[in-house]
Amino acid sequence: MNRSTIDLWVGIFVALGLGAILFLSLKVGNLLTSNSRGGYHIEAAFSNIGGLKLRAPVKAAGVVVGRVESIRLDPTTYEAVVSLTVSPEYTFTKDTIASILTSGLLGEVYVGLDVGGDTQMLADGGRIGKTQSAVVLEKLISQFMFERASSGSAK
Amino acid sequence: MPASAIADGLRRVGAGTRRVFARLGFAARFTVAVLAHSPDGLRRIRLTLREIYFSGVLSLVIILVSGLFVGMVLALQGYDVLQRYGASESLGVLVALSLVRELGPVVAGLLFASRAGSAITAEIGLMKATDQLSAMEMMAVDPLARVVAPRFWGGVISMPLLAALFSTLGIYGAYLVGVKLIGIDAGAFWGNMQSAVDFREDVVNGIIKSVVFGLIVSLIAVFEGYDAAPTAEGVSGATTRTVVGSSLTILAADFVLTVFMFRGVGVG
Amino acid sequence: MPTPPAGRTPAAFDRRRTTAVELDNVTFGYDRTRLVLSGITMSIPRGRVVAIMGGSGCGKTTILRLIGGQLRPREGRVVVAGRSVPDLDRDGLYALRREVGMLFQFGALFTDMTVFENIAFPLREHTDLSEEMIRDLVLMKLNAVGLRGAASLVPSSLSGGMARRVALARAIALDPMLAMYDEPFAGLDPISLGIVGQLIRKLNDALGITSVIVTHDVYESLKIVDYLYFVSEGRIVAQGTPAEVRASTDPFVRQFVDGEADGPVPFHVKALPLEEEFALHAG
Repeated sequence: MNRSTIDLWVGIFVALGLGAILFLSLKVGNLLTSNSRGGYHIEAAFSNIGGLKLRAPVKAAGVVVGRVESIRLDPTTYEAVVSLTVSPEYTFTKDTIASILTSGLLGEVYVGLDVGGDTQMLADGGRIGKTQSAVVLEKLISQFMFERASSGSAK
Repeated sequence: MPASAIADGLRRVGAGTRRVFARLGFAARFTVAVLAHSPDGLRRIRLTLREIYFSGVLSLVIILVSGLFVGMVLALQGYDVLQRYGASESLGVLVALSLVRELGPVVAGLLFASRAGSAITAEIGLMKATDQLSAMEMMAVDPLARVVAPRFWGGVISMPLLAALFSTLGIYGAYLVGVKLIGIDAGAFWGNMQSAVDFREDVVNGIIKSVVFGLIVSLIAVFEGYDAAPTAEGVSGATTRTVVGSSLTILAADFVLTVFMFRGVGVG
Repeated sequence: MPTPPAGRTPAAFDRRRTTAVELDNVTFGYDRTRLVLSGITMSIPRGRVVAIMGGSGCGKTTILRLIGGQLRPREGRVVVAGRSVPDLDRDGLYALRREVGMLFQFGALFTDMTVFENIAFPLREHTDLSEEMIRDLVLMKLNAVGLRGAASLVPSSLSGGMARRVALARAIALDPMLAMYDEPFAGLDPISLGIVGQLIRKLNDALGITSVIVTHDVYESLKIVDYLYFVSEGRIVAQGTPAEVRASTDPFVRQFVDGEADGPVPFHVKALPLEEEFALHAG
């Protein structure tokens, strides 16, 4: 086999391989928009996080703006403290409401941010005051049943 | 005479254990020697390029075709299950995660072991059997630096590229079946995939896996070739040992790596 | 490994030394119980062609591997060009091997290279010569063995005799001071055999090298060598010049030279006495 033929094929092969890695990183792995390193942190406390998991998306108006960085339980208040990493190009007002939502009935659990009207913005390490916990289906059903039962007996 | 039979059995176990450890010890010293000779071998980059040609370029066809078909089958089967739950838009996610995390590195590794690993073992074994390695030594050229190290590094470099190509072709195959054939929305296919696949957690971990598998296959292949008995039977036995040994090692290493890599993701 | 100087340093090798290879009471065995060689003593003067003769598996090739430093003796001294081979470290050994050319049994040509590249291999590895210099040298060596026209062939397309000649050219590519030939005549037709024999002699005299031939072909050897050693069961059993060997009455030498089936080297492998084996006296 001729030297330059080998060189050519190896060149093609390496270029193809690196192209594949690039494809996996950009088109599949979404390297450009995920920004898991850069970004600032904000915290939010929930009474119940439901099925929220690490690295779940943080969305504002349905757009992914960050990821769930850590989840821990506050030993004094017994609330779940969720730390969010948010891309630096987005800032949120101090009265933003964080809620735990589910996309569809069986979809993934994510943190939704609803922006308020405050003029001051959340800084790195800031804390979201208003939160809405996850809707637990069992509680919802039992509440519904209880209401039906009590309204039925009142009649 | 049960006592002597037991003693006999124990002796056989002991001898077997000793052989295994002697071989492991030799393998460990061999590994150190190969690594020690690597700078010497890598300096003549042309030799390594040649081996990338033999282990990488010549494996391209089997890797590309297998990747395409694995992706297409995965899409057909995945669609069948997903549409029952009304989640057929997640087909891209299913295929991409399966390929990038598991199937890409593992299946490419298994194919690489049987295509390139066996060829490396057979080539080095035959060079040994026909005294070519001895001849090199007598010409004051170290076969570890001239023959073994380039083949080892050629394999180590080729394997991650092959695994990435396998995954890419697989995803393309799934795209063909899912979007072009079944008619899933292309935007949903790519969009869901992109929001679910993470660069660091999934893509980088997959690449790490393929690098580890490349090291495993290449090391086993050059070792079995170098250690082969210098006869026709010895070389064919060594070739079989390369394929079986590296396949099993890949699967075991994959389990261990998966436990460490994806413990916190999706499960907990 | 530091890059070696292209030329020979006088300290490393002294061509005026009269003894090229000296083995003194060398004993070798792969394990403690079975010795392959015991008490081998031989002295090979510079510029001579010496044959080590013996049946298959008698330890002839082992002697070459001891001289080349691929094996270390259990006891005794191996001195090549004034250097004690077992005491050399890796660099010393490799420096010595650059002075030694070896033709392996069946050639051991590199199957993934052309004939040209096979002969260029030691030159490329050990010298910094330019590509034109290497080309000229390789073609000169190939011309010496009559195969200049085969430079671009691959070893698998060569006949046995041609492959042996290519291996011969490779062995002398670096102009060694010692050339070792392991069974250079094995498996060759009479014409090729004669050619290889004559080449070994001519190259030895033309290049001023010392040659050691390990072979069992006594007829061809007697035509070209200066001295012969006969080895059997790991010992030297006879030695002498070709004239002495032809005239020898030693039973081993006679058996070897005349090709008799039975003699000091028995026809039968050691076994039970016939009577016992077939139970002739049973009952």
